Amino acid sequence: MEASLEKPSSPAITASRRTGKWKKMKQQKILYLMVLPAFLCTLIFAYGPMFGLYMAFTNYSPGGGSFFGSFFHSEFVGTQWFRYFFENGDFYKIMRNTLAQSLLSLLIGFPAPILLALLINEVGGGLFKRFVQTVSYLPHFISWVIAANIIVTLLSSQGAINELLMALHLIDKPIQFLQNGHAFWGIIAVSNTWKDMGFNAIIYLAAIAGINPELYEAARVDGASRWRQMWNVTLPSLKPTIVILSILAVGNVLNAGFDQQYLLQNTTVLDYSDVIDTYTYRYGLQNGMFSYGAAVGLFKSVIAFILVVAVNAWSRKVNQQSLY
Amino acid sequence: MSLIKRSEDRLFMAFVYAFLILVFLVTFYPFWNILVLSLNSADDAVRGGLYLWPRSFSLQSYQEILKDQEILTGIKVTLMRTAIGAPLTVLVISLLAFALSKKDLVGNKLISLFFIFTMYFGGGLIPYYMILKSVHLIDTFAVYIFPNLMNVFFVIIVRSFMQELPAEVEESAKIDGANDFQIYARVVLPICLPVLVTIGLFSAINQWNSWFDSYVFTYKSDLKTLQAVLVKILNQYQTQEFTSSSGQLADSAKRMAVSSETIRMAATMVATLPIVLVYPFLQRYFVKGMTLGAVKS
Repeated sequence: MEASLEKPSSPAITASRRTGKWKKMKQQKILYLMVLPAFLCTLIFAYGPMFGLYMAFTNYSPGGGSFFGSFFHSEFVGTQWFRYFFENGDFYKIMRNTLAQSLLSLLIGFPAPILLALLINEVGGGLFKRFVQTVSYLPHFISWVIAANIIVTLLSSQGAINELLMALHLIDKPIQFLQNGHAFWGIIAVSNTWKDMGFNAIIYLAAIAGINPELYEAARVDGASRWRQMWNVTLPSLKPTIVILSILAVGNVLNAGFDQQYLLQNTTVLDYSDVIDTYTYRYGLQNGMFSYGAAVGLFKSVIAFILVVAVNAWSRKVNQQSLY
Repeated sequence: MSLIKRSEDRLFMAFVYAFLILVFLVTFYPFWNILVLSLNSADDAVRGGLYLWPRSFSLQSYQEILKDQEILTGIKVTLMRTAIGAPLTVLVISLLAFALSKKDLVGNKLISLFFIFTMYFGGGLIPYYMILKSVHLIDTFAVYIFPNLMNVFFVIIVRSFMQELPAEVEESAKIDGANDFQIYARVVLPICLPVLVTIGLFSAINQWNSWFDSYVFTYKSDLKTLQAVLVKILNQYQTQEFTSSSGQLADSAKRMAVSSETIRMAATMVATLPIVLVYPFLQRYFVKGMTLGAVKS
């Protein structure tokens, strides 16, 4: 009975529902006004550039008139800029650098916060724990400008790292870290890890806080040492979190960064430092190849979107399975 | 048996403490190193070897900064964008979050999708620049404000907070005949103060730290932020380090380079200090925000 009532069976009922909806929307007009500022900001600064991506298929030149208006008299060139990107030899280098820096950062930066969370959890709730944890977040909150200033100082020929290596007699003369292309990927990976390890540990600590204390009780009764408890109780309990976060990391693999590469690179290491975003900036804005820059940006956005959607579907599936 | 276990535990805990102290040193020492360099006299710093403590203590570099017009302007502009940008961001976000927290809002799903889609897809830098240009924000102070008013992640956090409020909170105001805006301003905002302060501090930190917009989207020197000035100083330093390492610098030039070096350190400290003062207070909230964000996404 109720189901048949719910169904809009006659046109009259549908129409009255529609007017009901209108009436409600009118009542809610203040709420729509509250949405408006955010809507306008998003429309202009997020959707505007999306529609502007049409420039990637033209020979855009910033002549007179508005941005969108100039589309009408810009020459349509189809996929010319995309073919240019794939064929001019930069594509391979840029993708290699992007993926290498991303994956190397994951290799070091993914396990580090797990280890940190496991060990912080072992020292109880005292002042020491709070202190170490608070200090470990600090690098996350400073800008890459400050971080880069710190990193170039530490790595300079008179810097603390060279001095330490010399004092330990590991090297005889200072290493020019930042002028060595082969070192760049490693420097980025370590810097990323330094910056975000403490902050990323938070999510694991939250997961650890949710573990049932009875599990530890049972382990202690069985005579498990603290190391065993960590290895056999805490770590397995983190597995769902680890799985989800690693899946999400895959979705982010093209976001190797911009700030850290741009601020730490110099012309001698460009062959190894240049990633998609720095490349887009250099060609698109600095060299004024607007359409080419937009095309490379669009390429990245589309691949990243596909990756994120695929990965979200994957994580949902994993999530469901781990529930059973 | 228990004796063996206890010594095993002791060994394990020794390792745990050793590792955590190492983490502490690795995180903290770089900041300490910068502080030491900034507090040493520039002439003495030429000799190098400054790692643990200033050798000849001096506030000279900080005094130099206070005379440097570029850095002073940078500090002023940065303070202004932070003081104006963060409260406006909180306003725009809380308005939207309030509207979206109403499940009976007609079209709520569609509106949410409109905003959430921007988390997954974007136009990229070049069309973004073109948009800024066509709305005449390039080379204006407003370029620091308007493009930063929205943040979908913050909206999700504030909306969840509002949805968790008990329904009775609004009921009595509704009976008194208050409209949606009055309920928002007089009832919901005061209760949401903790989460709004958190969002405000986060956007303040974002405003303070942001450098690319100032570096690329403005040209006038009186619009450059502290971070953008620091990028310029960093670039100069890297060129110097590069030429001096290839032995092309005379001693006097080297001395100049080092004195600008301690100034660079002092400027870095000035940019870091407000963050150090503020971020520990965020701790309580971002733990909650992050777990929430992770659950939602």
